[in-house]
Amino acid sequence: MTHADEILSVKNIYKVFGPHADVAMNMVHAGASKHEVFEKTGQVIGVFDATFSVKRGEIFVIMGLSGSGKSTMVRLFNRLIEPTSGSIYLNGKEITGLSDKALLDVRRKEMGMVFQSFALMPHMSVLENTAFGLEISGISETERNKRAREALCQVGLAGHEHSYPHQLSGGMQQRVGLARALANDPTILLMDEAFSALDPLIRSEMQGELIRLQAEQKRTIIFISHDIEEAIRIGHRIAIMEGGRVVQIGTPQELINQPANDYVRTFFKGFDSSRVLKAGDVARLDPSATCRANGNLPTFAAGIDFGYLLGDHGQLLAVVDAHDDSASEAIRHHAHEQHPVYLDTPLHEVLNIAASLPYPVPVLDHHGVFRGTVSKNQLLQTLSRN
Amino acid sequence: MSEFSFLDPFQSVAIPLGDWVTHTLNFLVHHFRDVFRGIRWPIDQVLNGIEFILQSIPPSIGILLSSLLGWQLAGKRMALLCFITLTLLGLIGVWSASMTTLALVLTSVFFCALIGIPLGILCARSNRLEQVTRPLLDAMQTLPAFVYLVPVVMLFGIGNVPGVLVTIVFALPPLVRLTNLGIRQVPEDKIEAARAFGCTPRQMLTRVQLPLATSNIMAGLNQTLMLSLSMVVIASMISVGGLGQMVLRGIGRLDMGLATVGGVGLVLLAIFLDRLTQAMGARTAADPSLRWYHTGPVGLITRLYGAGRPARQPHSA
Repeated sequence: MTHADEILSVKNIYKVFGPHADVAMNMVHAGASKHEVFEKTGQVIGVFDATFSVKRGEIFVIMGLSGSGKSTMVRLFNRLIEPTSGSIYLNGKEITGLSDKALLDVRRKEMGMVFQSFALMPHMSVLENTAFGLEISGISETERNKRAREALCQVGLAGHEHSYPHQLSGGMQQRVGLARALANDPTILLMDEAFSALDPLIRSEMQGELIRLQAEQKRTIIFISHDIEEAIRIGHRIAIMEGGRVVQIGTPQELINQPANDYVRTFFKGFDSSRVLKAGDVARLDPSATCRANGNLPTFAAGIDFGYLLGDHGQLLAVVDAHDDSASEAIRHHAHEQHPVYLDTPLHEVLNIAASLPYPVPVLDHHGVFRGTVSKNQLLQTLSRN
Repeated sequence: MSEFSFLDPFQSVAIPLGDWVTHTLNFLVHHFRDVFRGIRWPIDQVLNGIEFILQSIPPSIGILLSSLLGWQLAGKRMALLCFITLTLLGLIGVWSASMTTLALVLTSVFFCALIGIPLGILCARSNRLEQVTRPLLDAMQTLPAFVYLVPVVMLFGIGNVPGVLVTIVFALPPLVRLTNLGIRQVPEDKIEAARAFGCTPRQMLTRVQLPLATSNIMAGLNQTLMLSLSMVVIASMISVGGLGQMVLRGIGRLDMGLATVGGVGLVLLAIFLDRLTQAMGARTAADPSLRWYHTGPVGLITRLYGAGRPARQPHSA
């Protein structure tokens, strides 16, 4: 990752709640754990030595259970909560240590925030609520109303400008919350469990809207969630927090394939990983089961049931039954004859194909080059592991 | 002086609180008379202004205007209530006295709002200030009015202005308390959202906290108004005019007729003011999409001249 890709980077951030933060920090520097600090001083550590970067234009999900520090973390970015130590950089500019005035400017122009409880102003109309951030920044009424109307259009609320929050359903209220954050055209959109208070159907609809908006605008979004399905659906990368620490950061596939510890693993328990994993994640290449076609009858090492006959450029020509000596009978499969399975074919589509074939499913890349096989055993192991 | 005894130490050890107060008061009267005269001045101006206006409006015009105001604020039933209470006031022959009382009450409410709302806002921002003011407010509400009637007379003399002062002392606390409470009760998530969008403390106050605390502040104003009315009778002991004086004179002469007329006049005035201010408070809590100029006589006039309220689209709740 190059430096220019990073829009927000967090370096050794700590947040200690309590009146004796300095004592707690001294203990931490001496190597004490979060638990020891709480036992001895009664100070609660909300965020413990977090270091990571968010890339420009990605949806970065911070996930964790209640009390893991994820909501604290997102408030450190716009300093609604002051970090105890460490530094945060936005576009290379240090956020921590900004003067009050400069901080107001960052909040007004660079960061928009959406809240779990919507937090709309009951005494303002939908239009006034949407224009709230612009009004605070001192933008003229005609200009801010124009931009607010555009934002309301983006979230599908055109025509509701003169309604009041109490007249809208929860989903519509959160659309107003989203429009309010978008109207400022912020560099980063912070969303604190934005969809958690909505019912499942509306939540899924809003997730779709968010994915669509992000694809259109390429806006960087930091999304807080406790819901693994949500995180995997919308997140390009996911950071998992446990007890104030960031335990692992990676794409959904990376987290499923190489969970850093049991905590991460338990998150995916019960999650249908075949929806996230691709054939390429499971495929294994056994060189002894492949053979270059040279006009002769291919021979394979003992113990190999099926061999894969490859062309000059590595493309799959045929699958051969290694125990059968007659050449005409040997060829069981011609490349691309049936459903080809590529590296990025979702695993749940591979299940059916694997069930109908007697031999391990060959996996190709998009040039048709043979990249390995997925056997029934491998599939079962992968699915039962989670 | 007897021997000091541990069993009854108060025989020989005592704080001369009464003496201190007397000496302090004498000192203040002798050296700071001009300061207290200075305090009189603004109250005098406001009181005279309001009383002049109220007394110079003819009763029938006054009743008409009040009824229109009631209609504007809370509909036709309120208009009827205003009409009945004020007409009764006129019928029992206390119109002029009740206008004097109304002027006193409005003046004290004006100064209570001037002092109480900013003080309530400051208390909501600083826990320390709240701790300091709370016992002070308790004292203002519980200290018998007779205790401070005498010092007020010594410092300010007698008449309507000192009457307004003692009324302010008694009627101020609920406004401070309810303003403080109203601002502290603004939901934390709204405050956080406003901060996240870059509100300065001033914008926070004017755009978020005060609008959301309005119904509480209106309740405080209503309480202040009611307490001012009840204080008017006691204040009449220092020669404050109006309905209170009728009650006091009636009691003094054992003229139950006069006392009852004054008392009923106070009750009618109280009903009128209470309903009117409650309606003002309820408006802010009810449908915020309804603007004041959309209803009542003003709404009627704007509709008649074609610039009426825009048709409201149907909403799904």
